[in-house]
Amino acid sequence: MFSLYARRRFINALSLTISVLAMGFGLFWLGWILWTLLMQGLPGMSSTIFTQTTPPPGSQGGLGNAIWGSLMMTSLATLIGTPIGILAGTYLAEFGQRGWLAPATRFINDILLSAPSIVIGLFIYEVYVVKVGHFAGWGGTLALSIIVIPVVIRTTENMLRLIPNTLREAAAALGTPQWKVISFVTLRAARAGILTGILLAVARISGETAPLLFTALNNQFWSNNMNQPMANLPVVIFQFAMSPYDDWRSLAWAGALLITFSVLTLNILARVMFRQKANSY
Amino acid sequence: MNVEQPITPKLIVKDLNFYYGADRALKNINLTIPEKMVTAFIGPSGCGKSTLLRTFNRMYQLYPKQRAEGEILLDGENLLDKKQDLNKLRAKIGMVFQKPTPFPMSIYDNIAFGVKLYENLSSHDMAERVEWALKKAALWNEVKDKLKQSGTGLSGGQQQRLCIARAIAVKPQVLLLDEPTSALDPISTAHIEKLVDELKKEFTIVIVTHNMQQAARVSDFTAYMYLGDLIEFGDTSTVFTNPKRKETEDYITGRFG
Amino acid sequence: MHTLDTRLKRQNLLDITFRNITRLSAFAVLALLIGIIITLIMGSMPAVKAFGFGFLTSSEWNPVTEQFGALVPIFGTIATAGIALLIAIPVSFGIALFLTELSPQWMRRPLGVAIELLAGIPSIIYGMWGLFVFVPLFAEHIEPWINNNLGALPLISPLFTGPNMGISVLAAGIILAIMVIPFIASVMRDVFDVVPSLLKESAYGLGATTWEVMYQVVLPYTKIGVVGGIMLGLGRALGETMAVTFIIGNAHRLSASLLEPGNSISSALANEFTEAVGDLYTSALVELGLILFFITFVVLSIARFMLFRLAQREGHGA
Repeated sequence: MFSLYARRRFINALSLTISVLAMGFGLFWLGWILWTLLMQGLPGMSSTIFTQTTPPPGSQGGLGNAIWGSLMMTSLATLIGTPIGILAGTYLAEFGQRGWLAPATRFINDILLSAPSIVIGLFIYEVYVVKVGHFAGWGGTLALSIIVIPVVIRTTENMLRLIPNTLREAAAALGTPQWKVISFVTLRAARAGILTGILLAVARISGETAPLLFTALNNQFWSNNMNQPMANLPVVIFQFAMSPYDDWRSLAWAGALLITFSVLTLNILARVMFRQKANSY
Repeated sequence: MNVEQPITPKLIVKDLNFYYGADRALKNINLTIPEKMVTAFIGPSGCGKSTLLRTFNRMYQLYPKQRAEGEILLDGENLLDKKQDLNKLRAKIGMVFQKPTPFPMSIYDNIAFGVKLYENLSSHDMAERVEWALKKAALWNEVKDKLKQSGTGLSGGQQQRLCIARAIAVKPQVLLLDEPTSALDPISTAHIEKLVDELKKEFTIVIVTHNMQQAARVSDFTAYMYLGDLIEFGDTSTVFTNPKRKETEDYITGRFG
Repeated sequence: MHTLDTRLKRQNLLDITFRNITRLSAFAVLALLIGIIITLIMGSMPAVKAFGFGFLTSSEWNPVTEQFGALVPIFGTIATAGIALLIAIPVSFGIALFLTELSPQWMRRPLGVAIELLAGIPSIIYGMWGLFVFVPLFAEHIEPWINNNLGALPLISPLFTGPNMGISVLAAGIILAIMVIPFIASVMRDVFDVVPSLLKESAYGLGATTWEVMYQVVLPYTKIGVVGGIMLGLGRALGETMAVTFIIGNAHRLSASLLEPGNSISSALANEFTEAVGDLYTSALVELGLILFFITFVVLSIARFMLFRLAQREGHGA
């Protein structure tokens, strides 16, 4: 009996230790990656990063056009994807009790949410780039918006579902037509959560490289023309990092630091915002 | 209660049956709600009192598997009729719920919300209406300096009075109260009970309550329900001191429930 | 009352319009998926016609002779995902255990956030870090060890012998594991959190140790959700592109050894698509994309189904 108990105690202690180690394991990688980014990326950071364009190998330069292009495509993709996402998410939460459309949409949304982003790029390539005849910023924007939509749908639906039915009933009891109940009461009550979802979607597409590889491609110069290949940070980093040139590589690290910093800030912002507003409901 | 007061029927329920899917939750209810009086529905959990209340403003229609059969006459018109416009109905019959449900907007906007649905008031008239509603709900003095603040920042009792103000701002004829004080502390509860006594001068009030003593304190008429049946209906003092049915007496004296 | 009537009629119309707009948006999602599938199929047609089913079994990849086979990339995709899961599942379980049972209350939120930050780091960052930091260390310290020890064991030795270059299927799998851990750990933690405390208390009350409660009571109770979370992680691992591209080596050579470089579907696409000349080459790559989409579709459907079953059970039982 004693040895059985001792054995159980031992296994317990062992597994709990391993569990702590697992936690440490996860934190270790996070710390190491962030540390590396700072070490390698900070030296390359300066104001020229924002003001100069991507240079040919062997000369000085910055990432300005890539940053600008990324900002443009990300904002446009968010602007396109968010309304569709919110509307569809509203359908799923408010109108989806009957019929086949809601369960089917939910299922498909889940697939799209985790689908390989490179396949999305492939899709846009075939339907847009091939038709238009050249790579273009619009292609990249469309691909990114396809990634935004499922994220926003999922968050919108979840946030709307959290709103208690009594709120809807209270509005209905006043005789409010359904579209007003949803727009002015329910969506409004859920707005903090929905905004969080949008922020998370933005964070996600800011780091996406694969969908841009064969849609927006890249561009060496400042450009506002979305109908031509558009410079963007992820593809530039890809190109520069894989190259043998030192100055390109150091720019790649600086860019990597920039992206990671933005993405993590967005993530933390989203979390803080949500916690604040959630407390009032 | 004054027996000499003339009693006009406001809502007449005729042979009402209610179904959740295949389950019959209300069985052949026949009942008359008198005008400008407080009628209480009491009974143990599951007896159907909230269900009955919610048929009056057809709140059940938000949910696909629920349906009602029979007639409920409001001033002679059957409100269960398919042709009845729901939003019009809800302009005449207002509801306050178990938990306070302030809308996520300022106190002023909360009250104005319902009014804007039906009337085009100038900003001066609207401000007057908001003040009137808040005064009627005995909330004006506490919030008159913070009308622009969010409704969710008030205490529980204040929020519930806000909801009452919101419901009466549209000047309904009937006010339905579904266990309005069950989430409130005793002091707020007392405030609201006093409010109900005032409001009945202008509105017909139907209140569902779990709390028998509250029904005795507040209502003029009481309906006792059990498992979907209306067991007894009469003026409150009779029902509580000299019930006609044994089942009523058992519930009132606490032998069960 | 006349204006009230017209007003109410207008509201009715607005109601219907609003409902239809939202319905249309839901349809748009449906249309999107169908569009993707159709487009991929159409794009792969030339390759399908040229190679047929042999595409799936051939390891030939020669742009010059226009002979293409998907075996190497498919193998790479599945192998890296497999390695990733092998590492990620136990580690995620350990993390979820820590977060739900061992960690003091004040640590839970920051640690949870830290894990989720790990999930937020873009894939290209993992790729860069993997290539420039991890791979050299891997090549210098870990691979020789593997070669000498695991490579000497009978049976599994062919898996673990290879050049000490660092760039390999194994390295890619390890990086993938780190990327996937936060996903699986989050799902596990969420699922463990909703186990009714009464259930755990009854087990503790009988004198079970923490490990026993987790492994013998909580895990079986949540197994549907856990498997669902694992499949979600698998879906991510299969589709992961940038990190794998940096580290796997882009070699179209089939090899038994995990220490050799290889290729995955997504990295083949990332590396070669923009340079692909000729319809057949492009079409073969699109067909690769179709295969990847199909695999992830199946995996994600199974995951969804399992999580759905769990939700159903939660609704009835507990």
